[in-house]
Amino acid sequence: MKLLELLGYYNYWVFAVVLTVGLYAVIRKRNLIKKLIGLSIFQSAVFLLYITMDKVEGGTAPIIQKGVPDQVFSNPLPQVLILTAIVVGVSTLALGLAMVVRIKESYGTIEEHEILGAD
Amino acid sequence: MIYVFALFLLTLLVITAVAIVRTENLFVAVMLTSIFSLLMAANFFILDAADVALTEAAVGAGVTTVIFLSALALTGDWEKPRPGGRTVALGTVGVLAMLLIYASFDKPRLGDPEAPVHQHVAPWYLEKTPEYMDIPNVVTAILSSFRGYDTLGEVFVVFAACIGVLFILGVKPARQTAAAPQPVSGLRHHLIPQVVGRLLVPFIVLFGLYVQFHGEYGPGGGFQAGAIIATGVILYALLEGEAEALRAVPRSVLLALVVGGALLYGAVGVVCMLKGGAFLDYSVLAADPVFGQQLGILVIEAGVGMAVCGALLSIFHAFAARESMT
Repeated sequence: MKLLELLGYYNYWVFAVVLTVGLYAVIRKRNLIKKLIGLSIFQSAVFLLYITMDKVEGGTAPIIQKGVPDQVFSNPLPQVLILTAIVVGVSTLALGLAMVVRIKESYGTIEEHEILGAD
Repeated sequence: MIYVFALFLLTLLVITAVAIVRTENLFVAVMLTSIFSLLMAANFFILDAADVALTEAAVGAGVTTVIFLSALALTGDWEKPRPGGRTVALGTVGVLAMLLIYASFDKPRLGDPEAPVHQHVAPWYLEKTPEYMDIPNVVTAILSSFRGYDTLGEVFVVFAACIGVLFILGVKPARQTAAAPQPVSGLRHHLIPQVVGRLLVPFIVLFGLYVQFHGEYGPGGGFQAGAIIATGVILYALLEGEAEALRAVPRSVLLALVVGGALLYGAVGVVCMLKGGAFLDYSVLAADPVFGQQLGILVIEAGVGMAVCGALLSIFHAFAARESMT
């Protein structure tokens, strides 16, 4: 089980790296669309963290089959939370993009420093 | 073997994320986001989360990409490079990454059955689902019955976001140009996408309906089905032009779906109260409590599917209509 152990931490490391990559785009990039892309990468990293926690060794997807004894299931609860979060995520992202589109129409640019300069 | 594959996928995920942030062409970034979502969905599947993988593939790779692209069409493809050093930003996120990786050694390793997250309420859900609802998919059971309040809240968030987008983009733009002759939209002049796409649309919608009504027995449910059906209609809109898609599924139908879906969900809760139970306690809906639960789950999943499908399509049309307005 050495390999599985390594992979367990690897999932958390990938979460950490992807999360910070998304955060980097949010704090460093000045293009508003790029910031939103960064935000959705950040969000995906959190999803990965939750789903990593749901795995149970030797388990399977939590769909009960009748007449099969001693089934081991992965934890269904984090899956429920993330499933709804994905759909809510796309709706809120669309709201953000709608605001960016309106900003572009009012200011003629979506670069943060140019918008601040125009004010 | 599957874990070696997972290592490979996770590494690709990191590379894609870095590439998305590095590129200055936003079109490329959006296309890479789509790949990122597909990789993420494959990872979810390896981690036993079939329902989540289905959602991520339909929403992340399908709908999100289209919405991003229609926003890009209105704002421009290129990001301006930012001059100056990036030491401060890189340093900040580097320190954060180090802290998170350091903290990860305190986490239980992957798949540990003794991990705290598996000790709390989850075993109870797994144990009681056959007794209370007698449906195989525990994820659906938790989503629509055990944690029905949560899901009701999520549906209303989707509803509110959709209304928000319609309010923000529905107003007329300030500088109105003279009505230009409507160019032929869609991919009507490209033969191969046209033929293949037309073949695909009915099957996508059929698959969406299957996922909707089979959600209690296999991976699926209202959220996935709504997204898949929306993807099918969006594909139709890309092929035939937005006007044609609006003729097939008019705006009034979409609004009725969004409002009707959210209200249907709430109405089931109220009916439960009128029948003497608690809000969203489906057991009282039928003489047999198990059948009542199944009935309630079926109806609220239909409500979720309607609301999600209507909301995503309304959002898509709001962006697409903006394009022809300006």
